[in-house]
Amino acid sequence: MSSLSLAVRDSATMLRRNLLHARRYPSMTLNLLFTPVMLLLLFVYIFGDTMSAGIGGGADRSAYLAYLVPGILMLTIGGTTIGSAVSVTMDMTEGIMSRFRTMAIHRGSVLIGHVVGSVLQCVMSVVLVGAVAVAIGFRSTDATALEWLAAFGLLVLVSLALTWIAVGMGLSSPNPEAASNNALPLMVLPLLSSAFVPVDAMPGWFRPIAEYQPFTPAIETLRGLLLGSGIGHNGWLAVAWCVGLAVLGYVWSRSLFQRDPK
Amino acid sequence: MPLSVMPMPSSGASGGSSPAAVSAVGLRKSYGDKTVLDGIDLHIPAGSVFALLGPNGAGKTTAVKILSTLVTADGGQARVAGHDLATEAQSVRAAIGVTGQFSAVDGLITGEENMLLMADLHHLSRRAGRRVAAELLERFDLTEAAKKPAATYSGGMKRRLDIAMTLVGSPRIIFLDEPTTGLDPRSRHTMWQIIRELVTGGTTVFLTTQYLEEADELADRIAVLNDGRIAAEGTAEELKRIVPGGHVRLRFTDPAAYQAAASALREATRDDESLALHIPSDGSQRELRSLLDWLDAAGVEADELTLHTPDLDDVFFALTEAAR
Repeated sequence: MSSLSLAVRDSATMLRRNLLHARRYPSMTLNLLFTPVMLLLLFVYIFGDTMSAGIGGGADRSAYLAYLVPGILMLTIGGTTIGSAVSVTMDMTEGIMSRFRTMAIHRGSVLIGHVVGSVLQCVMSVVLVGAVAVAIGFRSTDATALEWLAAFGLLVLVSLALTWIAVGMGLSSPNPEAASNNALPLMVLPLLSSAFVPVDAMPGWFRPIAEYQPFTPAIETLRGLLLGSGIGHNGWLAVAWCVGLAVLGYVWSRSLFQRDPK
Repeated sequence: MPLSVMPMPSSGASGGSSPAAVSAVGLRKSYGDKTVLDGIDLHIPAGSVFALLGPNGAGKTTAVKILSTLVTADGGQARVAGHDLATEAQSVRAAIGVTGQFSAVDGLITGEENMLLMADLHHLSRRAGRRVAAELLERFDLTEAAKKPAATYSGGMKRRLDIAMTLVGSPRIIFLDEPTTGLDPRSRHTMWQIIRELVTGGTTVFLTTQYLEEADELADRIAVLNDGRIAAEGTAEELKRIVPGGHVRLRFTDPAAYQAAASALREATRDDESLALHIPSDGSQRELRSLLDWLDAAGVEADELTLHTPDLDDVFFALTEAAR
């Protein structure tokens, strides 16, 4: 068997294993959905009237819902990848990993299985949280099919980038609890972005933090694609951030995985 | 990463009449400034059972990890199934099966799913995979539990599933790291039976153990590992011969009978406190019979007779003292 077909076959086997885990034990995936859904409902129904005043232009609560949803979707991805970091750590600390390492299988298939599985879970989570958003009144009727496709592509790209970072965090954590803590920035960063309020509305000293981080351009781009607001340079910035993070996460994970196990 | 720090002599450890399943020269490994393996040489003929015997921390697991390509050695050379460990790791992996000390099953999925996972990773067709999985589950008495998550299995069942998974690819060489540690006596005997069956099928077995009894039961050759070095190597018989400590213990309840026996048996070591005599013996039937005849002739009647064979403690005391 050629090394490429070996890689594909073994990675597919590992992916099936990860999806089986997720299907057999859905509680962790579902628990991670709780935070974005709760934040969505909280900010729309409890803080909605006040928050809508903050985004300017005499917006009402439904306008704030539209503003909020792209950020919530990005936060959903961040949260889901925390689960990926935890499951990578769990896998690495299990005896079965030693077995995989002593088998004549494609070396990277374990990680590829995790990455593809995680991206699929991210997409599924985004669909579920998106469905809640639509149920409470979110609409994106003006977007063209091409914009929808681009939005989907962006969500997948963000998922891939955050997943590789999460895999690195999982590989460098000694136990699942540590992995969950180490991966927390993936969920906290979106809170510090333009997800809830525009960057302009933030105190001056804080603006650079919100502005120069990966989530803000990604959220602004998604907002532009779904709602027709201006994207400007955010599109390229978002893609650059994603590619950069994905490559960084990949190289980091690879070097951690190739070390001798303890 | 280069493994070959030391040049391998051309005649090497792979020379010899039978083809070697495992041969190693000068394997070394340290973690930090702690030397775990301090240059070990091995030569294991194909189709035999080899036991690496040693106490906790002797380096047994490290030796298995190196030979099974899990970790890289700091120095030395080794060939497993005819392939160089350093340069042909993937070919080595294709020939071996490993069951480590800690359960290497996926606890989240069922026993059957674990088996099918192995079949997929060995690139068996779906049908062949199902057949092999069903056969091995049956053979290891796991058919009934096949649909239950492996995490719910008992220690013995997990160990059996572990070995069943190792056998999916029909490996030529199997590494078993302390296969019976933590098992109850019945499971231990089941495991011994499994290992004997493997050897009958022509598989080479490399096992580690802390129990002399286990090495004695199973292995053709035994190497005693102590402090990262091989302190002695040979058959069980050869090892026992270098170890003193086998004796017959006669215990008396009546002090007068004890005194009488002690004066009759001059070569016995006295243990006045517990009224016991120790007579050196290799534990063979012949020697035991002649001893009993002699006791009868001398009119000695002990209240209790026990046979003490050399155990791991004896082996280690002997070997480590000899090294000093």
